[in-house]
Amino acid sequence: MSQPMTIAIDPISRIEGHLKASVMVEDGRVVDARLTGGMYRGFESILKGRDPRDAVQITQRICGVCPVSHALASSMALEKAAGTLPPRNGRLARNLMQGANFLQSHILSFYHLAGQDFIEGPDSAPFRPRYARPDLRFDARLNALGMDEYLEALEVRRTCHEMAALFGGRMPHVQGILAGGAAARPTKAQIAGFRARCEGVRAFVEDKYLPMVYLAASRYRDLCGMGSGYAAALCMGGFPQDDGGQNFLFRPGVYCQGQDYPFDPLKVAEYVRYSWFADGAGGRLLSQGGGAVDMNKAGAYSFSKAPRYDGHPMEVGPHARMWISHAELSPVGARLARKYFGMEAAGIRDLGERFVFSIMGRHLARAEEAFVVVKAIQRWLDELEPGGETWTSPRLPSSAEGFACTEAPRGSLLHALSIRDGAISQYQILPATLWNCSPRDDMGQRGPVEQALIGVTVPDSESPVNVGRLIRAFDP
Amino acid sequence: MTLSRRDFVRLCSGTVAGYGISRIFHPAVRQTLAETLTGERPHVFWLQGQGCTGCSVSLLNSAHPAIAELLLRIISLDFHPTLMAGEGEPAISLMHRLAGEQRGRFFLVVEGAVPVRENGRFCVIGEDRHRELTLEGVLRDMAPQAAAVLAMGSCAAYGGVSAARGSVTGAMGMRAFLHSAEIQTPVVNIPGCPPHPDWMTGTLLVALDAVGRHGPAEGVAEVMRLLDAEGRPTLFYGANTHQNCPYLYLFDEGRMAGVITDKSGCRYDLGCKGPGAMCDSPARRWNGAVNWCVENALCTGCVQPDFPDGQSPFYER
Repeated sequence: MSQPMTIAIDPISRIEGHLKASVMVEDGRVVDARLTGGMYRGFESILKGRDPRDAVQITQRICGVCPVSHALASSMALEKAAGTLPPRNGRLARNLMQGANFLQSHILSFYHLAGQDFIEGPDSAPFRPRYARPDLRFDARLNALGMDEYLEALEVRRTCHEMAALFGGRMPHVQGILAGGAAARPTKAQIAGFRARCEGVRAFVEDKYLPMVYLAASRYRDLCGMGSGYAAALCMGGFPQDDGGQNFLFRPGVYCQGQDYPFDPLKVAEYVRYSWFADGAGGRLLSQGGGAVDMNKAGAYSFSKAPRYDGHPMEVGPHARMWISHAELSPVGARLARKYFGMEAAGIRDLGERFVFSIMGRHLARAEEAFVVVKAIQRWLDELEPGGETWTSPRLPSSAEGFACTEAPRGSLLHALSIRDGAISQYQILPATLWNCSPRDDMGQRGPVEQALIGVTVPDSESPVNVGRLIRAFDP
Repeated sequence: MTLSRRDFVRLCSGTVAGYGISRIFHPAVRQTLAETLTGERPHVFWLQGQGCTGCSVSLLNSAHPAIAELLLRIISLDFHPTLMAGEGEPAISLMHRLAGEQRGRFFLVVEGAVPVRENGRFCVIGEDRHRELTLEGVLRDMAPQAAAVLAMGSCAAYGGVSAARGSVTGAMGMRAFLHSAEIQTPVVNIPGCPPHPDWMTGTLLVALDAVGRHGPAEGVAEVMRLLDAEGRPTLFYGANTHQNCPYLYLFDEGRMAGVITDKSGCRYDLGCKGPGAMCDSPARRWNGAVNWCVENALCTGCVQPDFPDGQSPFYER
């Protein structure tokens, strides 16, 4: 038995935000882990007192990779408070902007963020420094192919932003989503431009992205069973498929200890025992008393709060959505699952819980989700009525409450707000990274990524590559 | 002085033949590219403070020059939390070593605001020899060594959303912070929430060129002469958004849009902040020029020093 040693990695790079991982390693495996969210801005206090409609713009500044999702969640929470629903064309235009940004984000996540975990780039910035033993297993030909795709993916993700901007004005930080629907009625030319770009993106997803992820999984086979964590999944429902907002491309649901349950937003609560916030900052939706930061709180180690569902830590993100919906695999994916792994898989659950809730499984689910989304985009484009109205005026009462759930590329997103005297009196935001990268909760349970780190192999403490690999598989 | 997107494309591809652009610029950009394609790439360190990574994501949308060209052939982006392969202490120590070697000759890019309350602990950007590094501490260390600080985006330039009313972290923009820390390094503001990729790459190329021709001190001084009172390059921020808006004639004729999806009228009555904003988005447009803010909705004044507080409510006049 070797002595346990603690390894701190800060910054964890190639993610959105500031994150430190501190892992305890014993006999070449992680036995304990702590994640520290190292940056705080305080959106919930910045939003207080503002015109409620402005939340749609302000909250986008939480995340430059997924601003569309914050704009949507905020608009939907305002629409709930007003008792209005956007017109069909507004729903479709918003799905299309959101879908385009999913594709942008997923491609970025695999190639430009996680890619260097598997593909060896040239020996110059920004591809160095690497760890002394980076455990990169592709041969020269596959590294060259990987880098070619890295470069092509830069163009493809830019194209995805052009799609979103066609309906939303610009990206990032979309102008075209607001309470009541979307700001511009799509023209025939814009729809045609969106469709043409989408065909190119679809070809990239089918011909490059999916095959590369399956290939990487086959070469990093030990990572296909590593980092299962709680194997608990949450989806709050993403991409409404009908005007009442009842049916979703990704249905809401909860998967916990091998069982499926319906999702009930009232079972969501936040815990702050290990977070730099005063104790009143936790609790159920819109029940928070205080919320003030407390940097000197004993035992606290993160700016992230710890959201839990019915007391359980939950993984969110593409693998959670795909698992809960038991989504169909792409034809190329089904073929490659047979070729590389000898698996006959029609849907994602056929790959098995151990595979899907793993480092490579989470990447694979994200790539498969990109294919689900690109197909849905093509359907929504057909449903869109050129020039049709996209917006209806929301009549916001001077006092009201509302909350809304959606799915961002990196997982479930919830916004809740109270309006008093025409201004925001309380605003609560539960983004995906809070779910995945949370610290321990009041019951002492680790956050989902902390838990998933347990058992991850660290054969060389000077090159703890699998720690970053595991974290980036969640795309925090 | 305003550089249109088309001109910028031509500048960056080195094919410009006099487009009424000041002669300071076009040979400049061409030469910058020519030299950096062959010589050693200049070192750039990109720190992230209180922000959303939106400026970096916008930079990735750079088309002219293509982002791949910028990253692989024009600059040496030795530190960038979102893009670099390295992580943890090795990445931090490489940055410190290179910055020491390149003292006075590198550009320090900052994205996001710097919080100064609680000794800077609202933004920790890494760890070095078991010591927590706050953004504030790293800036105090590195900013004096830089040829110039490029404040990317409205948070780094002026505080932006991170310093908006209700913020409790003491978030500041770079000019204000360096002034308070008595650091003399010049600051170039490239505001916008986020900035257009051309504003970022364009300013960087102009700055690289000036330094290449005149050396760090005089080159940066030349760049500083191109800035307006808010520290922005007039090349991109020299024209009023409203005065250059294609819908200005609707305003002049008094034809006002009644609802957000009505594009037959000017958006002023809906809350458009174009009249008080300075940027070339009307001509440059966004995301491959497929659209821009006012064509789709309205301007929120995101390039202005008082964004968002002074520019909101966004949907009221």
